[in-house]
Amino acid sequence: MSKPTNSGANTRELIAFRVGRQEFCINVMAVREIRGWTAATALPRSPRYVRGVINLRGAVVPIVEFAVRLGLPSNEPSARNVIIVVQIGHQQIGLLVDAVSDILTANDANIQPTPDVSSDLVKTFVKGLLPVDGRMISLISLDHVLPQGEQEAA
Amino acid sequence: MDPMAAIRETFFQECEEQLAALEAGLILMESGAAEAETVNAVFRAVHSIKGGAGIFALDALVRFAHVFETALDQVRSGTLATTQAVLNLLLRAADALADLVRAARENGTVDEARTAALVVEFTQISTHGHEQPPTPAPAPPAASPAWHISFTPAASLYAKANETALLLRELRRLGPIEATLDSSRLPELSELDPEGAYLTWNITLAADCTELAIRNVFEFVEDDCQLTITSATPPEPGLKPGDVITGDNGFSFEFFPPPVFDEEEAVPPPPVEPEHHEPPATPLARQNPVETMAAKAESAAAVSATIRVDLDRVDRMIDLVGELVINEAMLSQRVLEAGIARASGVAMALEELEHLTREIQDSVMAIRAQPVRSVFQRMPRLVREVAAQTGKQARLVTEGEGTEVDKTVIERIADPLTHMIRNAIDHGLESPEKRIAAGKPAEGLVRLTALHRSGRIVLEVSDDGAGINRARVKEKAIANGLIAPDAALTDDEIDNLIFLPGFSTASTVSDISGRGVGMDVVRQSVVALGGRISISSRPGQGSTFTLSLPLTLAVLDGMVISARGHTLIIPLGAIVETLKPKAADVFPLDGEINLIHLRGGYVPMVDIAASLGYCDELIEPNQSVALLVEGESGMRAVLLADAIHGQRQVVIKSLEANYRAIPGIAASTVMGDGSVALILDVDAVVKTTRSELNRSESSLLEAR
Repeated sequence: MSKPTNSGANTRELIAFRVGRQEFCINVMAVREIRGWTAATALPRSPRYVRGVINLRGAVVPIVEFAVRLGLPSNEPSARNVIIVVQIGHQQIGLLVDAVSDILTANDANIQPTPDVSSDLVKTFVKGLLPVDGRMISLISLDHVLPQGEQEAA
Repeated sequence: MDPMAAIRETFFQECEEQLAALEAGLILMESGAAEAETVNAVFRAVHSIKGGAGIFALDALVRFAHVFETALDQVRSGTLATTQAVLNLLLRAADALADLVRAARENGTVDEARTAALVVEFTQISTHGHEQPPTPAPAPPAASPAWHISFTPAASLYAKANETALLLRELRRLGPIEATLDSSRLPELSELDPEGAYLTWNITLAADCTELAIRNVFEFVEDDCQLTITSATPPEPGLKPGDVITGDNGFSFEFFPPPVFDEEEAVPPPPVEPEHHEPPATPLARQNPVETMAAKAESAAAVSATIRVDLDRVDRMIDLVGELVINEAMLSQRVLEAGIARASGVAMALEELEHLTREIQDSVMAIRAQPVRSVFQRMPRLVREVAAQTGKQARLVTEGEGTEVDKTVIERIADPLTHMIRNAIDHGLESPEKRIAAGKPAEGLVRLTALHRSGRIVLEVSDDGAGINRARVKEKAIANGLIAPDAALTDDEIDNLIFLPGFSTASTVSDISGRGVGMDVVRQSVVALGGRISISSRPGQGSTFTLSLPLTLAVLDGMVISARGHTLIIPLGAIVETLKPKAADVFPLDGEINLIHLRGGYVPMVDIAASLGYCDELIEPNQSVALLVEGESGMRAVLLADAIHGQRQVVIKSLEANYRAIPGIAASTVMGDGSVALILDVDAVVKTTRSELNRSESSLLEAR
């Protein structure tokens, strides 16, 4: 199901997933594992998009509900949802998404710049757009998924 | 890391071990419990450091280690008596050696004057030591008993880079020797194995020494040769020293003239140090690699083999084993649910698995456990230095060095212990004059004890000094405004005043303690470790500080509670008591804060779920259970929860590792069902209430 496009410089593999009616993708190198939904322990005094923490083989990993992070409405997760565990720097974070849809190969030439829109969320997360078979898949930057430092915590 | 740097790092790690062995040995010698092997171990330690330092061209270290080693060699051979002065010097030299090693490791510098002074002292003491006992030198060789030694090296001896000439030379230090070479087994050149061994030396040693002394010479090659030692009558004059012994096949071996050497050892050496030490230095230096290697092989055989492992790897393993235990429990549950009979093969195999996982868990936890020895070993030096600085005489006695505790705890008890020992000497012990006047020995005793008691490690630092001057402590506490002038305190309460912040009875600020940051800092660091500290003191007889710590920081005793459907853990150490609040005891202070009447006092109540923001509605006090808790600073509060589920030991998992710190939450843990539960930060919860309380009070005032 992969869609190889013209190979060239900076070819990378991307993993695509669905959240609501939108599709996003992240670099496959950042993905540690994909697992089913398990109930998370809620954390007090945390942003709304942090659903809580789960136990991942002895490590306590926070779960970010990606839809809420992007400002979309929250859905009560079911067994159909998946958690994509990604590595960001030294930390491991679980992204709660609806489903994993595709694995793509793309290079820089395939990626179109994000149109200049005023949304801060788009500016923060969307690095580029990838047209595949008439679908639009947003390439996501993971750097700002978790709240930064203490300022946002307050 | 480049390979050389890695080897260098290994060398320094080994140095640490050697220094520890050195110090332990010297202290054993000081206590008079030393055996011949102790002296050898001490010698080997210095020798190995010197050998290794030579490889890395750490000249200053080699020079000093050499002087040190020479003195130890004299002790070993008995030419230098181990008087108190000598032992003192050796101990100080061990400290200096440790400093040199550290300097070499960090490319730092050391106090050259100090090492130089020690070298001079060594010279004097070795000169002195030679004059004192009439050494065996004057004994006429002819009259002394003789030993006959037959020495047949095996090929492996040469393969390990030993040299027979060096061994013979070593032997000659015991007394004049005569050696003949038996080369009868030497085959024709065509059949000769170039790496084989064919020679036997027959040696007659004219010396009044024990067989052990001779065996010691061959100690490192014992396994690689045939050695027979027999006592013999004084030998007929054979070869003269300096003669060339020529074997049948023309192999020749020249002797170094033993008498010359003997004289050199026996007569008082010239005052200039290097000239005295130079002659023995050469053979010693050349012996280095051989002996170092042999010593290593030996120590490897004697001590069980160890490996160094990154702590992270062990922690990872502990995590995984914890998961294994949880998974195993879950599997058992599923099997039970599936209605499989207990006697079936599956259930029995599962039981077997359970035993195995428990055993694995215990073994993994044991990896992290370490004896407190590594911390205790640093203390004798501290005692010497502090005693020297304060002009007091102090002796340290340690007990229970083998008590094991988790590595995380070991790392963090060193500082509090250091402080307490300093304190014991500086404040606890009296000056020698005062002690004698009080009918005590001039030398004070500081005792450091470690033991396991009810799942915790208890450390005690006691001194036999004057005890706490309660009048002065009270006076000082009143002067500092810590207590009311008319406060009536029990002796115990007065003693415990010294743990208050900003308390110091020392009239002058000394270099060692008494900056007013003393015992409260110790108390804080102990409390931070989940420990407790207390003091008991008897006037004129000394004080005892008792420190009780959890065995590990990776595990915590906690109370499992639920608050509005959330499972939380409250550290057991913070809980004073649990109670069922009655509606009649609850008094609202304002709209938010309720106080509970508890044994004549009013304590603020905190709804756990509300304080963590899980919900806005406060729980009805009469439908809740209450836990009276005490924060680190002694502030009390009553926490309200829905239910208490019991007590259990939990493994602490950091939240910061993958997320960040959350106010009010100390850490997290994984429960038996695999879910994550949060551990409450009692101190923070109590404090936030306090500040809220303050706010409410001030808003009340404004409203008026």
